[in-house]
Amino acid sequence: MDIIELSGLTKKFGPLVAVDSVSLKIREGEIFGLLGPNGAGKTTAISMLVTMKKPTSGSACVNGFDIVKEPDGVRRSIGIVFQDPSLDEELTAYENLELHAAMYGIERKDRRDRILEVVRIVELEDRINDIVKTFSGGMRRRLEIARGLLHYPKILFLDEPTIGLDPQTRKHVWDYIKTLKVEHGITIVMTTHYMEEADSLCDRVAIIDNGKIIALDTPDALKDSLGGDIIIVRTPEPRKIEEAVKGIARKTKIDDGSISLSVAQADKKILKIMDIARERKIEVQAISMHKPTLDDVFLHYTGRNIREEAVSGKDAMRIRHNAWAGGRR
Amino acid sequence: MNHELTALYFMWKRELIRFTRSKSRVVGSLAMPFFFMAILGTSMNGIGSLPAGDGNYLEFIMPGILAMVLLFGSVFTGVIVIMDRQFGFLKETLVAPVSRTCIVLGKSLGGATTAVLQGLMMMGLAVALGASVDLAGLPVVIALMALISMAFVALGVAIGSVLEDMHGFQLIMNFLVMPMFFLSGALFPLSSAPEIVRMVSYIDPLTYAVEAMRFFLVGHSTMPIEISLGVLVLFFAATTTISTYLFNRIES
Ligand SMILES: Nc1ncnc2c1ncn2[C@@H]1O[C@H](COP(=O)(O)OP(=O)(O)OP(=O)(O)O)[C@@H](O)[C@H]1O
Ligand SMILES: [Mg+2]
Repeated sequence: MDIIELSGLTKKFGPLVAVDSVSLKIREGEIFGLLGPNGAGKTTAISMLVTMKKPTSGSACVNGFDIVKEPDGVRRSIGIVFQDPSLDEELTAYENLELHAAMYGIERKDRRDRILEVVRIVELEDRINDIVKTFSGGMRRRLEIARGLLHYPKILFLDEPTIGLDPQTRKHVWDYIKTLKVEHGITIVMTTHYMEEADSLCDRVAIIDNGKIIALDTPDALKDSLGGDIIIVRTPEPRKIEEAVKGIARKTKIDDGSISLSVAQADKKILKIMDIARERKIEVQAISMHKPTLDDVFLHYTGRNIREEAVSGKDAMRIRHNAWAGGRR
Repeated sequence: MNHELTALYFMWKRELIRFTRSKSRVVGSLAMPFFFMAILGTSMNGIGSLPAGDGNYLEFIMPGILAMVLLFGSVFTGVIVIMDRQFGFLKETLVAPVSRTCIVLGKSLGGATTAVLQGLMMMGLAVALGASVDLAGLPVVIALMALISMAFVALGVAIGSVLEDMHGFQLIMNFLVMPMFFLSGALFPLSSAPEIVRMVSYIDPLTYAVEAMRFFLVGHSTMPIEISLGVLVLFFAATTTISTYLFNRIES
């Protein structure tokens, strides 16, 4: 069952096409990842799906509701954790959560329990009555995630949920995202720069670049589409190796003084290749293997490496700083 | 309680919480009107023909100063909308499954409540300076202050909904709010103003607020109370409609 459907969804900012005629379907109950570099159009796509921005053309349905014609239906079906700050800094953590709970129709009697539950997940119990202004950037982020988890929406949008979090908290959040899916059947749509995050968390991943979807599949299938694992053999006689591994490697590529082989199950094949080389007395200086990552997939489709542009803690600072620079009285 | 009303209540409560936490803002916003009242009200006594009573200038400007406090306190709610936009909180309210009308009403009621509270504080200060306030008439005065505040809060929200940043609001303050105040007859009797000023003051909604405040606080006004109340109600209906419309249109 498809719970979200985009057809030809497009958003232009003047001449810039931020989201370029994207069509895709997201299944109920899956964790769907949008993976792409800065400016790819991830946030813009999500903004349209959550009814914050109007599409220039094309359409989309979320939980059966048209995002332009039935925004109220969409809003009742979703929750969102924004990429940029969205807390009321003058309120305490508890007050922020309570306001959210009220707006999302959580019954009065359940409010307190739910708030305490989500605050525990992000480990902010001891700061719950502090004013958000006094929080560090990471703590604010955790509070925003807690807020997104507060009501159990049918679909939860997470725009760079773990940006600026320390590894330990990131792990917690991952675990909880999985729980939401498994125990509550919540469909999750998340954007990320982190390859490991997309890989380990998402059922399916769409790679987006310059507003276009360039690949969409399960992380494993995407990686497999590159032709399997890669073994690199350093040798003065690459041609001889190429000759010797016929039938083992699917693809071979000779560089200066080395050869790379695409194989299935590199960990087993590597021994075999060693044996053959020894048998045939081919000199091998070094041998290494490499499992393809989503990075390689991105590289394959775009000719660029996403990691060079990936957001680090510093970028998170930049994003927060921008929000502050404009807002301080 | 109905979910929409709950949301409205919590938006109202939020404004109050923010108000109680921004003591310096409150002190700042009361300081100027207080000095106006303290300096003008005590030093300009008996300078001439004041229509209100026996030429007590303090009693003459107190209603005007209160209207000023309400005006500034109310329009400030528009600043909150802009700040919410800049700090990102506005997004959170815009995608919530609650009608925007409820959100803007909660916000406006909250803003109006804080404006009335500031008005009452100012009234306390006026009494401390020697003005007399009829306690029996207080409920009516409070109701009137609420009406005035709601109308100007809506004006502030309407402005806040279309402005992107604080700079624009500075312009609004200088070219709309301040002239509104000076032309309203808050500080001087319009009857002794030049013809042209008097004409302009008739299109200033604050004029009617000042007149109505004077009527209920001092028992004297140049304009019939039916007219000033009528204009205020119409102004309130107009600004509320416009602000709701503009707030509903906000796109992040
Ligand atoms: N309000 C706007 N006005 C003009 N251009 C915009 C606006 N919002 C986004 N853009 C542009 O649209 C493009 C896509 O931006 P978007 O924020 O969707 O990227 P993203 O994939 O979320 O990037 P990031 O990883 O940095 O969050 C960018 O080129 C950006 O400059
Ligand atoms: Mg983004």
